[in-house]
Amino acid sequence: MAEPVLVISDLVKSFGALLATDHVSIDLRPGEIHALIGPNGAGKSTLINQIAGTIRPDSGSIRFADEDITAHGVAERARRGLGRTFQVSSLAPEFSALRNVMLAVQAVQGSSFRFFRPVMRDDRLIEPAMSALYRVGLAGRASVRAAELSHGERRQLEIAIALALGSKAFLLDEPMAGMGPEGSKNLTAFLDGLRAEAPILLVEHDMDAVFALADRITVLDYGRVIATGSVEEIRRNPEVRRAYLGDQA
Amino acid sequence: MQLALFIEQLLNGLQLGVMLFLMAAGLTLIFGVMGLINLAHGSFYMVGAFACAAVAAWTGSFWIGLVASLAAAAAAGAIVELLVIRRLYGRDHLDQVLATFALILVFSEGTRWLFGSFPLYLNIPPLLSGAVALPGGSQYSLYRLAIIAVGVLVAVGLYLLIQKTRLGMRIRAGESDREMIGALGVDVATLYTLVFALGAGLAGLAGAMVGAIQSVQVGMGEPVLILAFVVIVIGGIGSIKGALVGAVLVGVVDTLGRFLLPQLFGLFLNPSQAGLVGGALASMLIYVMMAIVLAVRPRGLFAGQA
Amino acid sequence: MMSRETILNAVLALALLVVPVTASYAGEQFYVTLATRVAILALGAVGLNIALGLGGLVSFGHAAFFGIGGYAAGILAQHALSMEPIVFGLPGTKQMLVIWLVAMAASGLAALAIGAISLRTAGVYFIMITLAFAQMIYYFAISWPAYGGEDGLSIALRNSFPGVNTLRPLPFFLLCYGVLAAALAFFLMLKNARFGAALQASRQNEVRVASVGIGPYRIRLAAFIISGMVTGLAGALFADLNRFVSPSMLSWQMSGELIVLIILGGVGRLFGPVVGAVIFVVLEFWLGGITERWQFFLGLALLGVVLFARGGVIGLLAGRERHG
Repeated sequence: MAEPVLVISDLVKSFGALLATDHVSIDLRPGEIHALIGPNGAGKSTLINQIAGTIRPDSGSIRFADEDITAHGVAERARRGLGRTFQVSSLAPEFSALRNVMLAVQAVQGSSFRFFRPVMRDDRLIEPAMSALYRVGLAGRASVRAAELSHGERRQLEIAIALALGSKAFLLDEPMAGMGPEGSKNLTAFLDGLRAEAPILLVEHDMDAVFALADRITVLDYGRVIATGSVEEIRRNPEVRRAYLGDQA
Repeated sequence: MQLALFIEQLLNGLQLGVMLFLMAAGLTLIFGVMGLINLAHGSFYMVGAFACAAVAAWTGSFWIGLVASLAAAAAAGAIVELLVIRRLYGRDHLDQVLATFALILVFSEGTRWLFGSFPLYLNIPPLLSGAVALPGGSQYSLYRLAIIAVGVLVAVGLYLLIQKTRLGMRIRAGESDREMIGALGVDVATLYTLVFALGAGLAGLAGAMVGAIQSVQVGMGEPVLILAFVVIVIGGIGSIKGALVGAVLVGVVDTLGRFLLPQLFGLFLNPSQAGLVGGALASMLIYVMMAIVLAVRPRGLFAGQA
Repeated sequence: MMSRETILNAVLALALLVVPVTASYAGEQFYVTLATRVAILALGAVGLNIALGLGGLVSFGHAAFFGIGGYAAGILAQHALSMEPIVFGLPGTKQMLVIWLVAMAASGLAALAIGAISLRTAGVYFIMITLAFAQMIYYFAISWPAYGGEDGLSIALRNSFPGVNTLRPLPFFLLCYGVLAAALAFFLMLKNARFGAALQASRQNEVRVASVGIGPYRIRLAAFIISGMVTGLAGALFADLNRFVSPSMLSWQMSGELIVLIILGGVGRLFGPVVGAVIFVVLEFWLGGITERWQFFLGLALLGVVLFARGGVIGLLAGRERHG
């Protein structure tokens, strides 16, 4: 089996008396969608934040593309190819969808210390950005301000940005959140195709999507990994059923 | 002789420190509870001084003037909060800075309109006009000692208020989670007005007390305001303990610095040069100290603690 | 199809040129001086607009750069006159081109030092720290008697610029107008380029910028330095306009004034500083002629703008900004 792209080893994080991440080890293999599920408060967001770099773990390590990134900041990890979307869409609200993606393209292409050429006339930025927007189905809304996009469109824009980054791995934090059935179906189909480009660590509550997409599932509860395995294995796992799935499985 | 001078300067530093504490405590409370940066705080300091001077001149009593200063500054604070500040909560800092800067203009020019451009005079009350003997042989102004005492009393009072009363509990809760306390049924609007008026009152008290040893004039508040900002940055926004530690630190370092640095340079420069270089560097000392604190603790010494 | 804002800008640019030229030929040199004051204050505000308007950095200490630029001009001129070298045998000069370079270098260095420290903090801290550092420089300037201390520094004769008779009001105005025009063009170029995109994005959403791999700190520091340099240049011109460097150029009131200029005109708008400067100077001289307490009304007007007309005058006339 190929080398995992992302390896999280023995991560620990406490907030005062609360142990949010309890010796979590998880990995992400090429070509897979690895879903991270668990009840509210299980520590999924904290874990994603540590992988993305917004929170520093107390101990443990994170390796990405064969490099130890534990000490790296957010921008550094993004530059190395870690593409992250946010649970609550985080965009530049005054910029259009296009300009939001162009920012990512600009970051990938190198230095932002360029002072002369207007970006709106720079095809090297516009074309890759439009191409990413096409892929998520937002091309028609390219010139709309991010603040004026619908909720679902903003989720799509987040993914377009991650695409434009040419990420080597995607960290998707509840991409389906707030999307209606139509939107979820489209996004599920989209993510299915996306895994060929780069593996996805997917945090989700939408169980239909999880069972349809995931190659592996890791279940988190009270900051601990209580099970990791294929969809079938997780569905059958009695501890998981007790803690989280109830009668859903 | 040196010891006596040193002690005198140390006490002066403490006196400056407690004055800064009165300013900084209000500022940091207002920021901690309401998330608002208030540039007009220096104006309340000024209002307090003018009220005290005017009322003292009119009634002949410093003490009545002092009460008037507290009342006037607190009232000014409440009015300003109701009319202007209310609209600024939740807005970005630029708006808050500009609106409160506009208030400085209104207060300063308004005061000039009422009282003219010449400074007012406020005399030390006869009761406190004596001096106290210090170890080392010199005398120290009783009034300045009284100021230090008042400052300590205010610090203790604030501590008791915040830690032991229901109002204080609401203030502490407001500092940690503004939205929650509204949801819990606390009358947030009144709480905010009270906190703002409290801060303003403290500033006015400081202005009035200092007014007797320095002149009472328009623009007296802003240099103190800026020093109070340095105090808050060092101590950590939202922390009264930080305001106290920061204030004493700034007061003592600034005063002792102005006293000692020229002497230090006098060791290897001639007296006039030493005075020059020492004096100029002394004026920069507390800002350098602020920069050093920031390098080590970007959020101040006691950030996040009440 | 030109936008309303572009038309407005063109009208302003033209008016700012036509009015003083006409006044000069009509013999009213006072209005030329007034227009020069507008142009220089606008330039100072253009500098601040880079940090504040584009970057969202609320610097309440830009007077530091304005004053440093002014003192650079004053000190160099003084040493040129007295023939004494400044430091390391370097002579003074009365050549504006050299003075401007020195002014920008000095204010740029100050901005680097102040920015490097302040930009590690956020929000309110930044405002207070920039205010504090500017105050520090102010206190230093008034306690250093060699260059006037509290009394300030005179420039006996206005400095020189090749090919321009700077001693006469109109040529000096045209020089300042030219510098302002260049600065506005520079601002526009910066705003539209990759640097401007990253800077404006960090104002809108710092987290987003970091998560695409751009480090906000470096972008902001660069913007702060450039901003300080432009404001420093304005300070040098201001010193030459008045033939006097006052420590008040370093005061917190001056910092506030620069922010007010931008707010009156419209934050982040290209001609915001110009509109703001016109309004401010007009108020200062017209209203100030009526009452000495004109700043009282300025304060009320400012409150009105902040509470009710956020986009400034340009916002009122030309609507919200289009970012594309």
